[in-house]
Amino acid sequence: MTGFYFEWSFLPKLAQGLILTIEITAACISLGFVLGVLLALGRVYGGKLVSIPCSIYIHFFRGTPLLTQLFIVYFGLPNWGIHLSAFLSGVLALGLNTAAYQAEYFRGAIQAVKRGQMLAARSLGMSRVQAIRYVILPQAFRIVIPSWSNELILMLKYSSIVFSISLLDLMGMGKRIAARNFNYFEVFVVVALFYLVLVLGLSQSLRWLERRVRVPGLGAPGLR
Amino acid sequence: MNPLLSVEDIHKRYGKEEVLKGVSFQLRKGETKVIIGPSGTGKSTLLRCINRLTEPDRGRVWLDGVEVTSPKANINRIRAQIGFVFQDFNLFTHLTALDNVRLGPMRVLGMRKEEATALALEELARVGLSDKANSYPAQLSGGQQQRVSIARALAMNPKLILFDEPTSALDPELIGEVLEVMIQLAKEGMTMIVVTHEMGFARSVADEIIFMEKGVIVEQGPPEQLFSAPKHPRTAEFLRKITELYGGTEG
Amino acid sequence: MEFFLKLGEVGRYLPMLLRASLVNLELLGALLAIGFLIGTLVALLQVYGGRLLGTGAYLYEWVFRSIPALVLLFLFYYGPARFGVSIKPFLAASLALGFRSSAYQSQIFRGAIQAIPTGQMVAARALGMSRIRAIRHVILPQAFRLAIPGWSNEFSSVVKDTTLAYAVTLNEIMRHAKIVMDNQYDLAMATFIVVALVFLVFTYSGNALLGQVERRFRIPGLQMPGTQGAML
Repeated sequence: MTGFYFEWSFLPKLAQGLILTIEITAACISLGFVLGVLLALGRVYGGKLVSIPCSIYIHFFRGTPLLTQLFIVYFGLPNWGIHLSAFLSGVLALGLNTAAYQAEYFRGAIQAVKRGQMLAARSLGMSRVQAIRYVILPQAFRIVIPSWSNELILMLKYSSIVFSISLLDLMGMGKRIAARNFNYFEVFVVVALFYLVLVLGLSQSLRWLERRVRVPGLGAPGLR
Repeated sequence: MNPLLSVEDIHKRYGKEEVLKGVSFQLRKGETKVIIGPSGTGKSTLLRCINRLTEPDRGRVWLDGVEVTSPKANINRIRAQIGFVFQDFNLFTHLTALDNVRLGPMRVLGMRKEEATALALEELARVGLSDKANSYPAQLSGGQQQRVSIARALAMNPKLILFDEPTSALDPELIGEVLEVMIQLAKEGMTMIVVTHEMGFARSVADEIIFMEKGVIVEQGPPEQLFSAPKHPRTAEFLRKITELYGGTEG
Repeated sequence: MEFFLKLGEVGRYLPMLLRASLVNLELLGALLAIGFLIGTLVALLQVYGGRLLGTGAYLYEWVFRSIPALVLLFLFYYGPARFGVSIKPFLAASLALGFRSSAYQSQIFRGAIQAIPTGQMVAARALGMSRIRAIRHVILPQAFRLAIPGWSNEFSSVVKDTTLAYAVTLNEIMRHAKIVMDNQYDLAMATFIVVALVFLVFTYSGNALLGQVERRFRIPGLQMPGTQGAML
């Protein structure tokens, strides 16, 4: 068994990669959030003209592999004259993907808000848009927190996929260091530890957030 | 004659509360003992201590000369000899009535499938449910489920059967069919301990009634004695309340 | 437009791509089997294992759920080399994705086991069954039925993850698609769209199949608490 080879000088490089990972995750989850809410609203409140394309979108991005979606954006779009940087491709592909999943979570949450809420809002004279904005969505957002948190952590892990288009995120940086020094095992044990700490930190923060915004009587179906 | 079951000085505490404070009694073969008393006085706990579904803190239990409470006891083998009928039936949800009844004989007693099936059908007939052999618990009424659960206990050919408030979870019109089965069993000489609020049943079927309150046995004796001339004032009071509540002791 | 012409051109490579997709399916089978066996064991340890084994099982679950699939793939593929053992990509991928799936499956099975009322185990013990017998004849048959919907979700998820194995040089469909692309760059979009469609077919057939399984093994009254018809 050959000796373990890991230099402390690797750590700052990995930290750099970590930062890129966080950036990509934050960017794609935000894109996914905006698009996801729109898709969900489209499915719930849109007529057939709107809800069907939304459904098709969701089925496509949930039914096909993320890696394929990434390659479609990074390698495929240039066929159509669209050249995006690796970073933008990564964020776009991940964002489009998570939007489809978030759309389903939001849809479930919106539909979990009791019917009477919309009726009460309309009876006050609110327009549909106002009712959605002031009554439905605030409740839906609280209901969706557990699923959304889950999705965020998932995207953090899946962001590692961008290493395959040569981005130097935590995964990509790890691969580069390992390829140069032939110590894949040691490097990726450390990379794994980085992710573990990240995931732990993120889940704790999200749990804290959930507790902060909790309202008595309002939770996901099945919760008190 | 040696007693079939001997319960000696059973104590059980849950947290700060002592639910059983030294309960002892004996049971002869073929005897039907009924335990009555206010809710929460440890009657169910006592029953569960007998086959150690709940472990007593102190005290000993003997079944037919074998010490149940001994650390060396083969508890599974002992439990196979004691039938237990639960208040909420606890039929195996994923099995038909027939499967529920023959599971024990097949997997615990090691019977072959043909033998076990024949036995199971016999017991189902005994409780009047031959036509429900292939039904799942969800498709049966409460009374039917409880009767299947009795058949399940009978199929093990137990030395005695413990009934833990067998009719308390049933709608009133379904109680009768279960009590009927139990009365028949008693007539056939099955050794039984029944925890119940059904005074009519107690009065007409019990060989001896035990009145428990606050974790101790207050009085025990044959039904005629307890009902007409209770020795202890608390017994009298309880019986009076129960009679008020349930309007007499129609058998 | 000309995109459809490209799709036609990709048709030349279709047989090769489809054959490669079989590797994905093989990997799927292997990893689900590993995940199932270990996942069941881990769930049983978590529920019945006592403090030491139970905590260990929870720790195992947390580790294999929190490390990204790609990192696990690399660890299982390059790790053995560090210890002087060489490992084939398929085995490495099966183990990496299998252990990962076992962590997710254990969560599904644990939920199902815990949804079964305690009375079921008590009744089984009252008959004289040992704990293990009771688990085998009363708990698991119910738990596996209850787990089918959750398990279908895991299945859908994991079908797509098989493509990640391309990163450890497994000759599955994405690797072949990339080769097509390297040969003819103008076919990139069309090729990957075709791959995407193949997976859509996999996903939907898989779900339909699992739906059949669920119907075949359904028992009236045996459903997750809170769903229609549940007796639990």
